[in-house]
Amino acid sequence: MSGKPKFAMYWASSCGGCEIAVLNIGEKILDVDANFDVVFWPVAMDAKYKDVEALEDGAITLCLFNGGIRTAENEHLAHLLRRKSKILVSFGSCATEGCVPGLANLSRPQDVIDTAFSTISTDNPQGVRPAFEYAVPEGSIRIPVFQNVVRTLDQVVAVDYYMPGCPPESHQIAAVVELVIKALHGQAELPPKGATIGAGASTCCDECPRQRNVKTIKQFVRIQDVERIDPDLCLLEQGIPCNGPATRSGCGALCPKVSAQCIGCYGPAEGVVDYGARLITAFASVIDSKDPAEIERILDGIPDPAGQFYRFNLAKSLLRAGKPAWAA
Amino acid sequence: MSSQPIPLHLPGEEPAEKIGVYVCHCGTNIAATVDVAEVRDWAGQRLEDSGVVVSRDYKFMCSSLGQELIEKDIKDLGLTRVVVAACSPHLHEGTFRGACKRAGLNPYLCELVSIREQVSWVHTDRHAATDKAKAVVSGGVERVVRNTPLEPLRVPIHPATLVVGGGIAGIQAALEIANAGFPVYLVEREPSIGGHMAQFDKTFPTLDCAACILTPRMVEAGGHPNITLLTWSEVVDVKGYVGNFVATIKKKARYVNTELCTGCGICQEKCPKKIVDEVYEAGLGYRKAVYTPFPQAVPKYPVIDVPNCTFFQKGTCRACEKLCPTNAIDFTQKDELLTVEVGNIILATGYDLFDARRIPQYGYGRLANVFTSLEFERLTNAAGPTNGDIVLRDGKTKPQSVAVIHCVGSRDRNYNNYCSAICCMQSVKFAHLVKERTGAQVYNFYIDMRTTAKAYDEFYQRVLEEGTLFVRGRVAEVTDAARLPGEAGKLIIQVEDTLAGKQRRIPVDMVILSAALEPRRDAKQTAHLFGLSCSADGWMIEKHVKLDPVATMTEGIFAAGCVTGPKDIPNTVAQGAAAAARVLGMIQRREIELEPIKASVNQEQCSGCRICNNLCPFNAILFHEDRMVSEINPALCQGCGTCVAACPAGAISGTGFSNEQILSQIDGLLMLNVARQSAAVAA
Repeated sequence: MSGKPKFAMYWASSCGGCEIAVLNIGEKILDVDANFDVVFWPVAMDAKYKDVEALEDGAITLCLFNGGIRTAENEHLAHLLRRKSKILVSFGSCATEGCVPGLANLSRPQDVIDTAFSTISTDNPQGVRPAFEYAVPEGSIRIPVFQNVVRTLDQVVAVDYYMPGCPPESHQIAAVVELVIKALHGQAELPPKGATIGAGASTCCDECPRQRNVKTIKQFVRIQDVERIDPDLCLLEQGIPCNGPATRSGCGALCPKVSAQCIGCYGPAEGVVDYGARLITAFASVIDSKDPAEIERILDGIPDPAGQFYRFNLAKSLLRAGKPAWAA
Repeated sequence: MSSQPIPLHLPGEEPAEKIGVYVCHCGTNIAATVDVAEVRDWAGQRLEDSGVVVSRDYKFMCSSLGQELIEKDIKDLGLTRVVVAACSPHLHEGTFRGACKRAGLNPYLCELVSIREQVSWVHTDRHAATDKAKAVVSGGVERVVRNTPLEPLRVPIHPATLVVGGGIAGIQAALEIANAGFPVYLVEREPSIGGHMAQFDKTFPTLDCAACILTPRMVEAGGHPNITLLTWSEVVDVKGYVGNFVATIKKKARYVNTELCTGCGICQEKCPKKIVDEVYEAGLGYRKAVYTPFPQAVPKYPVIDVPNCTFFQKGTCRACEKLCPTNAIDFTQKDELLTVEVGNIILATGYDLFDARRIPQYGYGRLANVFTSLEFERLTNAAGPTNGDIVLRDGKTKPQSVAVIHCVGSRDRNYNNYCSAICCMQSVKFAHLVKERTGAQVYNFYIDMRTTAKAYDEFYQRVLEEGTLFVRGRVAEVTDAARLPGEAGKLIIQVEDTLAGKQRRIPVDMVILSAALEPRRDAKQTAHLFGLSCSADGWMIEKHVKLDPVATMTEGIFAAGCVTGPKDIPNTVAQGAAAAARVLGMIQRREIELEPIKASVNQEQCSGCRICNNLCPFNAILFHEDRMVSEINPALCQGCGTCVAACPAGAISGTGFSNEQILSQIDGLLMLNVARQSAAVAA
């Protein structure tokens, strides 16, 4: 092993998109290799947990941790990598705010498993279900326990930086890698602990070229039901429930630029505590009616409020402090 | 950033602030339900790590002695924060902030938490209430640590006043202020001031002639050197804040040059176009297309009603122009916009009458001889369409029997829950006038008699003695379908006489509906224009219904008369004078301190989504097209927090209500602070 600083990247409960985004930084990946000694990166190279356990505490300079904490294994790795890493980055939406897997917090764990093993596309004629412990002649086999809820990385261990996005944009990853490399060479300073990196400080709207007017909403429509989307006008003003106003800038408003509503993958803007609650009050504030019946009708235009307002943020929302919905 | 843990003082660490906690008994108001001593001890012990250095209780914290207790601790113990657990901040926040200020502590470092309205008054379980009081105190302590010293803004007060509405409330207010030597703009949207009172003949209970007591005030207001009378005008825009409002007033074109007009009335006489007068004559009489609503109108100048004027509609006629002896008719006049600067505003926009057509079973609009109260006022008025003769709709037949129905549209869940306050006395007055002028038999149908003011009940007794029959019961129906002998050609009142316990059918010739007073049809727009709120009923909301009945929640805007709810004339006049007294008090102060609770936009975080732009009730938000950011004018902002809540980017924060303050208070309420400290101790 060389004397280069050590780099690790881990996937907990995630889809793998974050790893692809990292690889997508192109030739910058060579800089990573030139400047770091990659010690642990399950998707890219073979390494064993025991190799990580064997490292000295704090031996890893930079660890990008993506994925939420759903299983006992995820939790174990979170603690292990926290102990071994100087800089632990909560990388991507799952680690930072729970992301889409976090929506499972609305269902009982057993229901999640039942759904996963009995959907129409699942070939499971015997109705097999996973057992966390299974007796075989050689002894007992265990698989990691599926915990009650998805938690974010910082709900389990202390985190140094947050990098939002589902996945983080490659150019943002490249910029962060470059910054860390510069900092290692004493040419730059790292932001204060707890900061969000690789993203902007304002909202998606800041990067959106669409014309914005004083807002009034007369109806919400699902984007697939709109015959013609005005290419220049704010989507929200067209009744398309765009989450841009509450979503952190950093992606370059990719979706609104191509007439797709922002779904909020870059997470809450700086200063927003509860992303969904913010959006709900914002949308409610500009509904152009005082008639309760009409307001009901307008709100019916959002058939899935949890998905609309908390698609990425449920595990991190203030609501998480309460009982999980299924425990009522 | 949401992920940052909220700072917490751990045991062993010196807390940053020295906090005093003061728990009030409020006599037995709090102490009967909350164990005050236990809350005091608990706060002193368990909140020590949050910085509580002294914790006391007192019988009446708001008394001079209670306040001195706080002042003494600030001086002797060097307190840097104060939490008072007592009543609602609405009542005594000012008191305790004042005490802190006297002791040299910035008043905004004092928090008043409510353990009365939110605890003792709403609970009965002493144990649970005491626990809740602890939580509320704990929340206050966590919050007050994060309060910052604030300084009030000082602004000068413009000496002029805008009075909106020229009824008796507005006239009274305008005269009081003008007589004190300060300028007033009195705006009225009809051609003349006078309001509803000018339509009445007699006023209860003294039977004074309404015109005789009103018109001298109208004339005085019209000619007062300090009053700028703007009739046929409406306020279209209000900007600014207490002490410094800028109002834009639309002066509708009169088409009469008031410099030349002598008010001789020839134009009205010669105008060939007759129109049913729906406003002043309540639809019972006619007026011309060029008209003053009534002979004693102030000002005396007529207006031309464009939609009904033959010249404006067809281009011919010009009778008024040709015959005016002073050539005062000017068809080229245009609406004018006038901008005035005023320090205070009094809203006295009055009421509208309930539309009795909404209760179809009473037959108004369908049965000819069912009249509304306002129609009857015109019938009895000597200057009215019948010269004061009480006759049926045919214009000649005197009624032999008359029914007066109370509470039409009032005290009725289908229409308005509230009591309209004036209908009992008005109905009694009607009974008297009918009796006096026609000798007819009068029946009054009432639910309860409400004759609470000076000389009211005496008048009711007098009318009883005159022989008017009072039937207690809500009328089910007024019908012309005769079933029994003697009912043919009559209106039949079907009613349950609840005192006699039986159904009655009473045939009469004439029915008078004492219709409810309702908020003006455009009350919501008016409220929005002036940045006020309406109750669910639609009446403007006063600052405190008992202790501040003529102020509103917007500083510098007062309300008088029926704009805040039904009132009789004495109350309306009293409110007009009271509002004027409040305004004069403001003017005499010359400058005013504004609450420093303001919202502000973090320009870095604002991306100009414009969600907030239309929400501000005080029009304090402006949008910079060039930089694509919104900004809040601190002089206009009243700190209501609407935009703070609505901003999806979290870019707007309110002084005194930062995320940190609110989340800390919630942590305190949930006792997370105490739990963390216990955990730290255990570790």
